[in-house]
Amino acid sequence: MAAGVATWLPFARAAAVGWLPLAKKTMPKPPVDKSSKSDEILYVNVSGVRFQTWKNTLDRYPETLLGSSEKEFFYNEETQEFFFDRDPEMFRHILNFYRTGKLHYPRNECIQAFDEELAFYGIVPEIIGDCCMEEYRDRKKENQERLAEDTEANEAMDAPLPPHSTSRERLWRAFENPHTSTMALVFYYVTGFFIAVSVIANVVETVPCRPPKGSVKDLPCGEKYQLAFFCMDTACVLIFTFEYLMRLFAAPSRCKFMRSVMSVIDVVAIMPYYIGLVMPENEDVSGAFVTLRVFRVFRIFKFSRHSQGLRILGYTLKSCASELGFLLFSLTMAIIIFATVMFYAEKGTKGSTFTSIPASFWYTIVTMTTLGYGDMVPNTIAGKIFGSICSLSGVLVIALPVPVIVSNFSRIYHQNQRADKMRAQQKVRMARIRMAKKGTVNAFLQYKEDRDRHSDNTTLCVKNRSAFEHQHNHLLHCLEKTTNHEFTNEINYSELCMTESVGYRTSRSTSLSSQQGAQNNSTGCCPRRARRRAAMRLANSTVSVSRGSIQELDTLHIKSTSIPPQTRSSLNAQMCDLKLNCGEPDFSAAIISIPTPPANSPDESLPPSPAPVPGILRNTRATAYTHDNVKISSL
Amino acid sequence: MGAVMGTLTMQAKTRRLSRDKTDDDLEITMVCHRPEGLDQLEAITNFSKRELQVLYRGFKNECPSGVVNEDTFKQIYSQFFPQGDASTYAHYLFNAFDTAQSGSIKFEDFVAALSILLRGSITEKLQWTFNLYDVNRDGYINKEEMTGIVRAIYDMMGKYTYPALKNDAPKQHVEAFFQKMDKNRDGVVTLDEFILSCQEDENIMRSLQLFENVI
Repeated sequence: MAAGVATWLPFARAAAVGWLPLAKKTMPKPPVDKSSKSDEILYVNVSGVRFQTWKNTLDRYPETLLGSSEKEFFYNEETQEFFFDRDPEMFRHILNFYRTGKLHYPRNECIQAFDEELAFYGIVPEIIGDCCMEEYRDRKKENQERLAEDTEANEAMDAPLPPHSTSRERLWRAFENPHTSTMALVFYYVTGFFIAVSVIANVVETVPCRPPKGSVKDLPCGEKYQLAFFCMDTACVLIFTFEYLMRLFAAPSRCKFMRSVMSVIDVVAIMPYYIGLVMPENEDVSGAFVTLRVFRVFRIFKFSRHSQGLRILGYTLKSCASELGFLLFSLTMAIIIFATVMFYAEKGTKGSTFTSIPASFWYTIVTMTTLGYGDMVPNTIAGKIFGSICSLSGVLVIALPVPVIVSNFSRIYHQNQRADKMRAQQKVRMARIRMAKKGTVNAFLQYKEDRDRHSDNTTLCVKNRSAFEHQHNHLLHCLEKTTNHEFTNEINYSELCMTESVGYRTSRSTSLSSQQGAQNNSTGCCPRRARRRAAMRLANSTVSVSRGSIQELDTLHIKSTSIPPQTRSSLNAQMCDLKLNCGEPDFSAAIISIPTPPANSPDESLPPSPAPVPGILRNTRATAYTHDNVKISSL
Repeated sequence: MGAVMGTLTMQAKTRRLSRDKTDDDLEITMVCHRPEGLDQLEAITNFSKRELQVLYRGFKNECPSGVVNEDTFKQIYSQFFPQGDASTYAHYLFNAFDTAQSGSIKFEDFVAALSILLRGSITEKLQWTFNLYDVNRDGYINKEEMTGIVRAIYDMMGKYTYPALKNDAPKQHVEAFFQKMDKNRDGVVTLDEFILSCQEDENIMRSLQLFENVI
């Protein structure tokens, strides 16, 4: 619940007087407020710095250390103050949170120290106010990334293998971290060597060698020593293929591996060779084959496995793809405009090189990037004027937008991040609100259970419930009594909705006699059978529920155990003894969770009258079982 | 070209920002209300000075401006009833607290109502409750007003109740209420009928004592 809700609780409880004339049942007794009524000033000594505050201020957040009874552990009798051996600078912010309801993150503090203080005082970081939330999250993410990098580096370095790893896992590890074993290192260097050899061979292949005897023309070395190059190529491709197949075998997720960039590069590097083998020595297709050989140059990208820097470059380019796209687009616009203008300016001239607009593209690009090859030159005056404008604007178009675009997109990028962060924060906040709401409701249901269980026992084992919780639960209880309906949670409600509609139908699934039992009950209120059906369905689901304080989660387990049918009939007998005074069809009852549908259910023995009493049910059940206790979710 | 566009847009943006800021500055004028002195409040309510101090500190912390408007009131009240919709009932409560019908609750109104509810006599409490139910302040509670109130109360329960809320539950409740309260069967409940009927009902009498130690 939000900040000063504790302040308003007395008012809400007072307003409950308005329900009294309408109430159908008597109001429950309010919890005894053992705390002293008058407000007092508490002294908190944090490492020598003395803080003073009202007790009420601290009581605003009963689920934190200072707001709960946990602070009693730190009470110093001699000096009559609470002593904390923690950082007084940080404590100032913590105390301000109690006072104003907003938690601020001090920018000059270390994020980890702040987190630790929050954890110590039991404050959840999600309630940091909007003003400081972004800073907090940024710093936290930065810190986490740094930690992750460190651990990754450490792991990558010398993490020992898990003892029982398969050969496949070991192989994969050898491929990913070559420093782990000598074999892996050897393989790493061998592949690196062969990549280099393959690339150099590709390059050298095209250098002209001295022509063989009897020919004038220079021959490229590739054709002169064709066999030698072919053998070298084959060897390299064999090694690469072997490596690829090994990686494919060792990969933990083959599909993911096949989709990764490095694997695609590998495939592209070796495919031309195989295609070349397969293709016949045909004049027509050899042209296409020659083009394929170009792809062999992609083997150089295999070096990126060996070089961290190359990987980073690739990643940077990938992340800047949209910015580069925009730059390209604006350049294209400028090129088209100037090419058109130059073409029409030079159209009339005889022997002009500006034969078409696409032909003028080349001129525009060369001029705008200030290359100026001089292969295309304007001759008319208009052409020259526009040409000079083109070259001047080329400088502007290329040089100026780049920093503007870079900074612009850096800002937009951060804004997007902020939007995503805000959305994520909103989601977290909504989730927390939902959890808190559920928590409140379930806390109340739990409170009722406890109360019913201990209704005969006067000393309530409180389970660390604060006065605030008691009073709030009492308020909700008053509302229940006023309307004569009870709170339940979503799961039970949907179960009930289902069973009420199919309650009569399910009875057919069990023995014949039970059908009569159902019919007997159908005249009465919410048939107990229907509830039991619902319970059976619930049996297999464990409901985890929040209990206790508003912002934390408790767990309420519904475990199932076997019930001997006799016990149920005895339960039923006891149930009808304790009829409550309700003239109306509505009453509260328990859902008993039972694992198996009773084959021979003694449903026919059910008396048709309603009889609720969750507490008694539980007590009798407890005596009947030898298995773990079954909690009944009281509705 | 792109540069020109970029610089132009940036210029426009900064100019727009500065204009908005001055407007915002002018608009930040807080409405502030201070309550009467502690002595006067002590005289007109049944609270001691210390209790008034505690109450005011809480109130001032939540509403630094000194007044609560209806939306804040609804928000605050809704927090106590997470499952249902407490806004309708909060609306009725707000009108009951805001005796001067000014649209906002000041600390004096707040404390006056609390004084009646927690420290008042039985008659005063019942009178306050009657005023709550009598929405149009005509001195009679008719069935429509009562149905509105009861429906608002049932709304607070939310959807997930056991047994499931039927649509006519409020109406039945209202019928039962009128059965009990409307002595002369004229279709409306007057203040005297109300007080008399409540005094006859043991449950109500007992419950009224329950809330005395809330503060």
